[in-house]
Amino acid sequence: MWEWIIKFASPMHFYMLVNRLAPWLGRAAGVLLVIGLYGSLFYAPADYQQGESFRIIYVHVPSAWMSMFIYMNLAVAGAAGLIWKTKVSDAIARSCAPLGASFTFLALTTGSLWGKPMWGAWWVWDARLTSELILLFLYLGYIALQSAIDDRRMAARAGAILALVGVVNIPIIHYSVIWWNTLHQGPTISKLDAPSIDTMMLIPLLIMIAAFMCYFFALVLVRARLEIIEQERSSKWVQELVLQQPGQSV
Amino acid sequence: MNLSEFLHMGGYAFYVWTSYGLTAVIMFLNYWLPTRREQQLIRKLKRLQDSKSG
Repeated sequence: MWEWIIKFASPMHFYMLVNRLAPWLGRAAGVLLVIGLYGSLFYAPADYQQGESFRIIYVHVPSAWMSMFIYMNLAVAGAAGLIWKTKVSDAIARSCAPLGASFTFLALTTGSLWGKPMWGAWWVWDARLTSELILLFLYLGYIALQSAIDDRRMAARAGAILALVGVVNIPIIHYSVIWWNTLHQGPTISKLDAPSIDTMMLIPLLIMIAAFMCYFFALVLVRARLEIIEQERSSKWVQELVLQQPGQSV
Repeated sequence: MNLSEFLHMGGYAFYVWTSYGLTAVIMFLNYWLPTRREQQLIRKLKRLQDSKSG
């Protein structure tokens, strides 16, 4: 087990691992997305209170879920980079940031598009919305930090520390709807013993979350592979890899 | 249910389709931009190598 992990912490083996894994994750994401979208738009019945507008849940909840899940990945990869100083974990941490920021942005905008017809307001300074907005700023701060510091090692370290401090925001987002009695509705699926959602509505939601997870893992690996090639461009294995690429030289 | 009814989304068409559309656009960009950058990088490295080897 450990030998295996150590092996894939080497950039070249990581590159090979990504080449094998990413296409399958991408295909899985595609298939799950098609099934999930069918479930979201056709299979699931309209909500008795919210009508068809509730279908926004199928892009909103997976996005919000991913925004927090990706942040935890960023923080863990950042911490691993701090402890073991591995290039691969730094590359993974950096690759999480734009994906996480995208999903946070989507959670906020789709939430806004759902809030307008249901609450009558695009935005309210509710605890859930505010803590999710702070998450977006954490991602943007991390990205800004990465482009502000030229030295990659330094940037990775500073980013990891920022990410770890920001972890405190994650339980705040998660429990905000329980701790504060606000406009945002309570949890839908986290109480797995008794979800407050009908099975016909729940199944597409779970499929969409699975699709978003596969999508994230495929793309975080692709992004990290790009980082690795950039960093290792003068190494022998990248030179050999470039030689094997098809395409006429100019 | 016919197509126009489906597109109408019970009067919530704007909110529902904007949400799905925005999600699709952002997820597509997150796939397309890094994939394109990787191809460009490999092409650039190949050019550098060719010019070095003469």
